[in-house]
Amino acid sequence: MKTLSTLTAAALLGLAVNVHAQSAAPIKVGLMLPYTGTYAALGNMIENGFKLYVQEQGGKLAGREIQYFKVDDESEPSKATDNVNKLIKRDQVDVLVGTVHSGVALAMAKAAKESNTLLIIPNAGAGAITGPMCGPNIVRSSFSNWQPGYAMGVVAGQRGHKRAMTITWNYAAGAETVKGFTEGFEKGGGKVIKDLTLPFPNVEFQALLTEIAAQKPDAVYAFFAGGGAVKFVKDYAAAGLNKSIPLYGPGFLTDGTLEAQGPAAQGLLTTLHYADNLDTPRNNAFRKSFALTYKTNADVYAVQGYDAAQLLGAGLAAAKGDLGKRDVVTAAMRKAVVDSPRGKFTISAAGNPVQDMYLREAKGVNNEFKSIAVKSLSDPAQGCRM
Amino acid sequence: MDLATFLVQCLNAVQYGLLLFLVASGLTLIFGIMGVINLAHGSFYMLGAYLAFVLAPFFADSFLLMLLVGVALSAVFGFVLEWVFFSFLYQREHLQQVLMTYALILVFEEARSMLVGNDVHGVPIPAWLAGSFELGALMSYPWYRLFASAACIVLAALLYLVVHKTRLGMMIRAGASNRDMVRGLGIDITLLYRIVFAGGVALAALAGMIAAPMSSVYPGMGSSVLIICFVVVVIGGIGSITGALVASLLVGFVDTFGKVFFAEVSGIGVYLLMAIILVWRPEGLMKGRA
Repeated sequence: MKTLSTLTAAALLGLAVNVHAQSAAPIKVGLMLPYTGTYAALGNMIENGFKLYVQEQGGKLAGREIQYFKVDDESEPSKATDNVNKLIKRDQVDVLVGTVHSGVALAMAKAAKESNTLLIIPNAGAGAITGPMCGPNIVRSSFSNWQPGYAMGVVAGQRGHKRAMTITWNYAAGAETVKGFTEGFEKGGGKVIKDLTLPFPNVEFQALLTEIAAQKPDAVYAFFAGGGAVKFVKDYAAAGLNKSIPLYGPGFLTDGTLEAQGPAAQGLLTTLHYADNLDTPRNNAFRKSFALTYKTNADVYAVQGYDAAQLLGAGLAAAKGDLGKRDVVTAAMRKAVVDSPRGKFTISAAGNPVQDMYLREAKGVNNEFKSIAVKSLSDPAQGCRM
Repeated sequence: MDLATFLVQCLNAVQYGLLLFLVASGLTLIFGIMGVINLAHGSFYMLGAYLAFVLAPFFADSFLLMLLVGVALSAVFGFVLEWVFFSFLYQREHLQQVLMTYALILVFEEARSMLVGNDVHGVPIPAWLAGSFELGALMSYPWYRLFASAACIVLAALLYLVVHKTRLGMMIRAGASNRDMVRGLGIDITLLYRIVFAGGVALAALAGMIAAPMSSVYPGMGSSVLIICFVVVVIGGIGSITGALVASLLVGFVDTFGKVFFAEVSGIGVYLLMAIILVWRPEGLMKGRA
């Protein structure tokens, strides 16, 4: 008799534990970001930004605990499918957050579509993600490559330039940002006379700089990032071109690279959806909170990670924490007005932020806000059918 | 295109071609003389570039001394590598050589990743070579690139003299055509090979060191240069130093002018050149080793 009652008690206890576990089961967030390699710093910023928002909400979104699973994607497209499947199949995450590299993000989008996992992209700007590959369960908290390019094109036109040249790496992101610039610039009556490209991640610019000097355009639009951006801006100045032909670019030309570029980058005008010293209460509070938590200054990547968590929070709140109601969650994300440090933005039908693009000027080690280049710019999202 | 621009682009082409020659000449020597297909040769170029990155802070005042130290280090590295690894490869089939040297690439890349990480680095241009040589209103040409070209010309001349005018060169050429005969004459062919190999490594590394301030230091830089160098060796004729020089300059011109005028298809320019030359001369421009 005693044995029986003990067993019953144990069974009841087990049941209770089980029920308890189910009601309070945390939401599993799979962070697939670069933690090694060229983009490691970006991956860490995104993760810190994401966690900061969750932490500000008391560690919960819509009343549910958040549990993190991490995979280093190494910015390696060939490993992307395996990596994302680790999170989807092995860890059975509810939400995927990633990544920086567009090639890896495309593989993630494919896997997310096939398994109907929610995916929030905190950086990769490939047009295809919110174009032909778009899906109701995929949203982006960052930008499309087209957006900053288009904004810079508009600005270059407004500054009275008529003939421009573009230069970038011969890969998808380069082609997309140049396409955006050309559209914006030619709408304003300008003409792009020549597109120069070189293979990624080649940085042997000499022959192309010679060609720029020979053609004498009114302006040059350049897209490079990281070490390539440092090298290009320095070479451009070393060739004496910065004295006669203004250089423009998307924010990536000077974001996180100003220190290494030194005097060569001072005064450069770039466009992006964020500026280091946006003087709004929202941004100041965010930067202070980030600096206190991580002992380092926030950047655009931290903002994108932070907003990825905000988007998830908005979706979960509408469904009262029940991720099973997928339609409610995704619809709410697309209706949300995100109160971002960059300024409020919404999500387009295709899943890309509709946001103000800022014109910034490089001063010291900051990209300082100058003006709004284009208000509420929406990506054309060509090819997106849902 | 006006004349000044054309001339500057020619300088760019020659400078790129000469740098390629330094890497390709080592590759063709090792291939032509020892018969080893060395896929890891690009890694020696990368080794040089990373040596420049690591050594630059210690030799802020003396770039030339840094080059010397780097060359010495890489030659020693090549000497040892030949001893413990490549000397066992000569008697193998080409397929095995390709597999084993490919494995070496992976080893070198991993070692680089562990030792210096995967970031892109810049190497400062030495102060006395900073700035540009002015060529009219908008044209200028960086002093450092003129220095790089000059250094490559001096090295090419030295290489020619060593191979064609010295006793060592005579032994090298003899060893290329008949290994056993040379050994029969009482020459230490093992040591000879070791020296040639170390020389090839040092040349590639030197090219990497010279290139570093112009083109950054980044993971995978060895592989891209290796492919172009194989194109050079194939066009020039396997084992021929003169062929490698002519082919390097040809590739330099096709690549530079292709980049500027046919940007959309510039990637295939040098391969097109290779195809045309191979149709015309299947053994390359200069017939080297039979």
